[in-house]
Amino acid sequence: MKQTLAQKLVARAARRGSVTPGEIVTCKVDLAMMHDSGGPRRVKPMLERLGAKVWDPSKVVVITDHYVPTYDDESRRIIRIARDWVREAGIDNFYDEQGICHVVLPERGHLRPGMFAVGGDSHSPTGGAFAAYMFGVGATEMLGVLVTGEIWLKVPHTIVMDFDGALERGVSAKDVMLFLIGRFGMDGGEYQALEYRGPAIRRLSMHERMTLCNMTAELGGQTGLIASDQVTEDYLKFAIERWESDTDAPVLAHHRFNASELAPQVAAPHSPANSKAVGEFKEVRPTVAYIGACTGAKLADLRMAASVLKGRKARMRLMVAPASARDVQAAEQEGTLTVLRDAGAEFLGLGCGICAGYGGSVLGDNVVAISTTARNFKGRMGAASSQVYLASPYTVAATAVAGRICDPRELVH
Amino acid sequence: MKYSIEEIAQHCFEPLAPRFAKDVRPGDVVVGGRNFGAGSSREQAPAALKALGVAALIAESFAGLFYRNALNLGLPAVVCKDAKRIRQGDALEIDFDQAVVTTPREKLGFEPIPPHLMQMVRDGGLLPHLEKRLKCRTTS
Repeated sequence: MKQTLAQKLVARAARRGSVTPGEIVTCKVDLAMMHDSGGPRRVKPMLERLGAKVWDPSKVVVITDHYVPTYDDESRRIIRIARDWVREAGIDNFYDEQGICHVVLPERGHLRPGMFAVGGDSHSPTGGAFAAYMFGVGATEMLGVLVTGEIWLKVPHTIVMDFDGALERGVSAKDVMLFLIGRFGMDGGEYQALEYRGPAIRRLSMHERMTLCNMTAELGGQTGLIASDQVTEDYLKFAIERWESDTDAPVLAHHRFNASELAPQVAAPHSPANSKAVGEFKEVRPTVAYIGACTGAKLADLRMAASVLKGRKARMRLMVAPASARDVQAAEQEGTLTVLRDAGAEFLGLGCGICAGYGGSVLGDNVVAISTTARNFKGRMGAASSQVYLASPYTVAATAVAGRICDPRELVH
Repeated sequence: MKYSIEEIAQHCFEPLAPRFAKDVRPGDVVVGGRNFGAGSSREQAPAALKALGVAALIAESFAGLFYRNALNLGLPAVVCKDAKRIRQGDALEIDFDQAVVTTPREKLGFEPIPPHLMQMVRDGGLLPHLEKRLKCRTTS
């Protein structure tokens, strides 16, 4: 029987030859990732109540990213719980203030094609960029995984998003995703597996593929997958297995697009589904430009912003919260950070920052912001009266320079 | 921790229905449209509804992560394509075994909750369910 990539990954985890969409299976979990917010502080008391231990500490990764840098007694307490708990539980895979979990996890070599993984965060489909079946779970479900090493799953159907051609310069994976969410809605994914395919997807760097798969959460899919290839292997720097759908494996839907025709996209407040071509927003004048988050401040994202900002000055407050320590290091070495700094960017600490409403820089009353983050729900990034427009790092940088929402294709170097 | 679930619950649905937390009564059923519960993995969303005494949720569809979280907390979530036919104030009876919601006017079928999940819901959620399972393992 022809199987999709999603079916193959689930079948492997369920120790089965093949699986059928719709059936319920129990999967062995290869990797469980948690962050400080939904992780140790929630699961520790539940484990204690059960008198249970972590099934396999070598398969657990804990990353602090939400309440760092700490900013009050409560955040310090939450981070302390994470630090103490990994020691007690014997978890060696602990990354403390090294960046955002979805970025740090593959960066440190914890993901590989073929894996079945869960993350205690809704943006966990990011792992699908590595042809790993990864999805988000809540704290109680994570507890179940930590105790049993297993999780139930309704085998998903696959929805294929197939992009022919190549993205124009100044157009990125973020635009692809905002376009898809605008077109299909936040429940377009029907909690099935999305698979991104086609020449335009194959051309994307791993960081861009991660952005695409990450925001499968906003598209309503359980996971978002991309077959593994040479790009995956080059990023991971170790030999990988090739995981891909069988040709002609039956899918729920197969949507085809031409990437060459795609304009940069912007999503208006307060939903990622409010997306339209950037030209529709020319009259909007944000006062804050934010380059941050797992979908908008990785090395590739910082480079996109720099390619617009080079030799130019931001005409509004421009905040940059890089996604990982390694990306900061690389961006510093190659001069990308200097470009951003010279453009007037102010740098915030490593972590989720104001994307998740944390820290001292959250948006104030009536602030209009343009942001590289994943979701612009009312009040998420600060005051309920603040207005957040979502866009790519190119578009956010172009807007910062122009003083109004601006098509980056006019400015990209 | 940062805020207790009771405190969070007082703001449940605030942007949509500011009086919801005050008006809801234990045993009430919340009925929704498509993609009910879209967003974060945080369990506070179903936990707040549970803290307010909500007995069950019925919607045309649920965001998958919210659906799993609700069941894991012992809050039954029913996918019913005819959810729109239910009116504000209807007295409802939900038969989980037959997968039927009875309104004052009609019977509406729904997708049955898989048996292993219904057992978990009946146990009060995943945590008490695991507690029961671990106890059984120890005694046997």
